[in-house]
Amino acid sequence: MTNPEKNNPGLLSSLLGGITGGGIQVVDLTMTLDQKSPTIVLPPELGQSWPFRMEEISRYDHRGPAIYWNNISCGEHTGTHFDAPIHWISGKDLPNNATDTIPPEMFIAQACVIDCSADAAEDPDYLLTIEQVEAWEEKHGRVPPRSWLLMRTDWSLKSNPVDYLNLDAAGAHTPGPHEDLVPWLIDERDVIGFGGEAVGTDAGQAQHFNLPYPCHHLMHGRGRFGLPALTNLDKLPPSGSLLITPPLKIRQGSGSPVRVLALVEPQA
Amino acid sequence: MTRKLSPPKRKNPIKRTRLPTMPPGNRSREAHGLTAMAASGRFALQTCEECEAVQYPPRQICSNCLSDALEWRDVSDGGTLLAETTLLHSNDLFFRDRLPWRLGIVVADVGPSIVVHLAEDCVQGERVRMSLDIDRAGHAIVTARTEKPSTNEEDDLQLREMKFNPKDRRVLIVDGKTELGLGLAKAFADAGARKIFVGEAQPWRVSPHLEEIRKMENVNIMPLDVTDSDSVEELAAMIGDKVEIMVNNSYHLRSGGLIDRFDLNVAHDEMEIHYHGLIRLAGEFGPVMRARGSDGHHGSVAWLNVFSAYAWVNNPALGTYSASQAAALSLSHCLRAELAEGGVRVVNAFIGPIEDEWNQLAPPPKLVPEATATRIVGALKKGIEDIPIGAVAEEIIQRMVENPKEIERAIKS
Repeated sequence: MTNPEKNNPGLLSSLLGGITGGGIQVVDLTMTLDQKSPTIVLPPELGQSWPFRMEEISRYDHRGPAIYWNNISCGEHTGTHFDAPIHWISGKDLPNNATDTIPPEMFIAQACVIDCSADAAEDPDYLLTIEQVEAWEEKHGRVPPRSWLLMRTDWSLKSNPVDYLNLDAAGAHTPGPHEDLVPWLIDERDVIGFGGEAVGTDAGQAQHFNLPYPCHHLMHGRGRFGLPALTNLDKLPPSGSLLITPPLKIRQGSGSPVRVLALVEPQA
Repeated sequence: MTRKLSPPKRKNPIKRTRLPTMPPGNRSREAHGLTAMAASGRFALQTCEECEAVQYPPRQICSNCLSDALEWRDVSDGGTLLAETTLLHSNDLFFRDRLPWRLGIVVADVGPSIVVHLAEDCVQGERVRMSLDIDRAGHAIVTARTEKPSTNEEDDLQLREMKFNPKDRRVLIVDGKTELGLGLAKAFADAGARKIFVGEAQPWRVSPHLEEIRKMENVNIMPLDVTDSDSVEELAAMIGDKVEIMVNNSYHLRSGGLIDRFDLNVAHDEMEIHYHGLIRLAGEFGPVMRARGSDGHHGSVAWLNVFSAYAWVNNPALGTYSASQAAALSLSHCLRAELAEGGVRVVNAFIGPIEDEWNQLAPPPKLVPEATATRIVGALKKGIEDIPIGAVAEEIIQRMVENPKEIERAIKS
C-alpha cells in the first residue's frame, strides 16, 4: 500500500490553502432557484417541464416546532442545470450517459470563457462562430481538450423573465453557438461540453437551423455535456478557471439543477 | 324612495372594521328545500299533489289535507303587501348592525301569507313581487320588492345584503389570459365594478385577451400564478383587503382520458391549477375576505368559481380534467361553509364547452365567451348560488338529478 499523502504531500492541502486565504477565489455561477424563474417554453400541447416550486413543511410552528424545511419540486432542467447525454435522442445509447452513471471526475474540468456580451447586446440572435473562437485562441491559447467552452453573453443579467426568455411570435431570441461551431468544438478541440447564460445551451432560434438544436444533438450524441443558465461568467478569466459541476445522482436522470462553482486562480 | 348609494370613500385607516355578524341560522330539513330553490334562482314552493294547496313555510304534510305528497313547484311570485313594519330595535347582532330593517307580510297570489324582508319602496296594500334569496348565513329567505323595479332598487341596502352586486365593488379575476377572462373583465366593468384586478401568470407568454384587458379603464393587471404559493401570498398581501368579489376562473383544459391518455404530468398540471390553485387562493384571500364581510355597504360578498359542468359527471374524453373539476367543486363546498362565517357566499358557475382554442374539436353548441361572462355576472347579481350556463351544463345537471347512471353512460357518445 502506498500512502497517497506521502506521494503527493500537499496537492490537496495547497489547494485548500489557496481557497482559504491563498487567493483562489470561489465564484458561484449559479442562478437562485426561484418560483418566478421561467423554464424553457415549449408549445402548450407538448409535455411541459415543471417550474421550481416550494411548499413549506414547517417553520418553527405547530407542524414542526424546532424545524424549518420545505418540499420542493421542479423539472430536471430548471435553473442553472447540467444536461447529460441521455437528455437527447442522439445520446440515448451511449454508455455512462445519465446523471448516475457519468464518471464523477467528469464533473471537474477547466473552463474557457469567450466574451460575446457586446455582440449579444447588439443582436439577441447572435451566434458564436469558429472564427471568433480562433480569434480568442490567438490571445489566450488553444482550447485545451476536456475543457468547458463557456459563452459569456451577460444574458443572465436580465432579471425580468420576459426579457430573459425574449419570446415573440417567431419563438425565442437568445444567443448560442453557430451550428458549424459545435462539431468543430467536438472534433477539433475535444471539449467536455458547452455552457451559456440563456435558458438552454442552443440559441433561441436553433430549431430552424439545418441541423436543429446542434448543441443538444451533437454534444450529447458525442457524450458531451451542457451547462445552461449560468451567471457571473463576467467574473471568470478567459482561461484557467476550474469548474465543479456535479448534478444530483438521479437514477437515469437526464440532468439536474446544479450548483456550479468556479475556482479562479489569482492572475499573474 | 330608495336613495342612490354613493360610491364608497377610501377606507378611513383609524376606524375599526366591524366584525361580520350572521342573521339567525338553523333551518329544518324541509326548510332547506327553499334553499335549494333559492340557490338556482327559482321561486318554488311546496304544492300538495292531492289538493293543490301551496304551502308556506315548508312542512312534512299538507296544511290543508294532511297528505304527505308535497312537491316543489315553480309558482307565481306575485302578491299584495298586507302589512309592513320597520324594525328599530333588535337583540339580534346581525340586525342591530343594520337597523332600521323593514319586514312585511305578503298575501301571495298562490295562497299563503308569507313574512318577508321588504324593499324600501314597497307600500302597504300595493302589489309586490317576491323572490327566494339566500341570506348572509346561507339560508333561504323571502324578499319582496315593488312590482315594477323602482329607480334605485339595486342600491337598496337591505336587498344588497342578499345579492352580490358588483356595482362599486372591487373584483379580482384570477386568469386574464383566456377568452372568458376577457369576457368577465368586460362584464364586471359593465356592471359598474369600481376596480378590476386581473391576474397574469407566466408574463413571458403573451395573450391577446390580456392585451385587450390592458386597454380597459379601472383595471389593474397583477402578477398571479395559482401554482406558485409565493405569488398568491404576495398578491393577497398587496390587495387581499380590497377584493370584494373573487372570480376564480382558473382554466387548464387538455383533452384525453385516463388510460387513453395515461400521463401523470398533464393530470398533475390540472390538479395544480384547478384544485391546489383553489387551495392557495382560499388560504391567502379567504381569511381577509371573511373578515371583511361586514365592512360597510361595499364589503366583501362573494367568491365565484367558474367550473366545467363535467365537475358533475366525468366526461371520459376529458377524464382527468373532469376529475380535477370535481375535486375543486367538492372543495368549494368546504370553502362555502368556512366563508359563511363571515357572510361571504360561494357561487359556482358551471359551463359547457366554450368557443376557445382548447375546445377546437368539441362539437357545437359551444358557448360564446362574452355572452357566457354576461350571464355569469347577471346570475351573480341575482344572488344565485349554482349557475348552469348553456344547454350542455343545464342538461348535465338536470340529468344528474333525474338519473346519474344514465348520464354517466350516455355522456361519452
